[in-house]
Amino acid sequence: MSENDVSKGFKPKHQRLVLVTLALVALIGAGLLASWGLRNQANYFYLPDQFVAAPPPVGQAIRLGGMVAEGSIKTLGDGVTVSFVVTDQKEARVPVLYTGILPDLFVENSGVVADGSMDAKGVFVADNLLAKHDENYVPKELEEMSQHQAAKMVEETTMGLE
Amino acid sequence: MHAFANPTRFLKLASWLTPLLLVSGLVLVALSLVWGLFYVPPDRLMGETVRILFIHVPAAWLGMGGWTAIAISSLVYLVWKHPLAALAARASAVPGMVFTAICLATGSIWGRPTWGSWWVWDGRLTSMLVLLFLYAGYIALAQASARDGGSYKIPAIFGLIGAINIPIINRSVVWWNSLHQPPSITVGKSAIDLAFLVPLLIAVLGFSLLFGGVVLARMRALLADFQAEARLRRKAMEAA
Repeated sequence: MSENDVSKGFKPKHQRLVLVTLALVALIGAGLLASWGLRNQANYFYLPDQFVAAPPPVGQAIRLGGMVAEGSIKTLGDGVTVSFVVTDQKEARVPVLYTGILPDLFVENSGVVADGSMDAKGVFVADNLLAKHDENYVPKELEEMSQHQAAKMVEETTMGLE
Repeated sequence: MHAFANPTRFLKLASWLTPLLLVSGLVLVALSLVWGLFYVPPDRLMGETVRILFIHVPAAWLGMGGWTAIAISSLVYLVWKHPLAALAARASAVPGMVFTAICLATGSIWGRPTWGSWWVWDGRLTSMLVLLFLYAGYIALAQASARDGGSYKIPAIFGLIGAINIPIINRSVVWWNSLHQPPSITVGKSAIDLAFLVPLLIAVLGFSLLFGGVVLARMRALLADFQAEARLRRKAMEAA
């Protein structure tokens, strides 16, 4: 970056711009490459279809994440153990057993992440459950309404405000 | 760009813009927080814990925005040698770090009742924690270079390299299965009901104005510091 460049009509300012741009392109490329390399390693959990396609060894600690299948939550005879099915909303289904306190957001058709391992019978035995919140934020009053009703109510409450 | 290269002109602009940003930011923040904490209905699933949204989301936005400001200012400094750009980068670091810490703390408080855990090592949470550490590193580096009277080149390069983390934070919930929910607000679409969205957007705007005001105030303080030091040095020279 010597001042001689000025005489050649190529200002140091422009040289720096080119250098920094090249460095940034290389950096972003490296970052994307690293993230791409991590795409299977940096997952927080495995999906049910990955469990079905390649079942993890019995007893190996692993995390399973998916949706709680509709109508699958059953409390067993001891009163503290629940059994339910984790699904990916397609055909993959993994049965899960969990003993302990359930998070508030643990409901059917909602996301769940379970820590645990597979037992010999192909049931996932969880020792910790986390509820996954989705991206939807809806007030309690609007929960029961259909989208049409909700839109109508909003219309009614804002009528005459314009 | 060169119209602002002149510190005198900058100071003239900042002297009225700083209080304007600070006051309007405070008013909007107060409005949105009172609205969000007392008047917004509880969420369908989360109940009252949804209210933390109005601090968590602006804090996350400004934690990432702070580093974006550092990266852009560093680029301007490295290429155009603009001294005010180095100052802007330095001034953005501490507020950005504070907002990142607020984001992590409020997220943790929300995560306990909602997910059932204070902390998990998923992609979003981990990359946000990395951002906090990057801020700590940047602040230490910038202070060391200022103390030694050295150039801002090294912190500026660090600021540019650290920017690679920003798209990673943004995309972390899309690229990887994570416990943190995917983005609720994408271009032209929102999965947040209007009852929450309106106060949320006001909170984001208010905290952003506040952030801008704090950065300008810090830039003025840094400039005043330089001027005082230069004056002292001149006096010492005259006395010698």
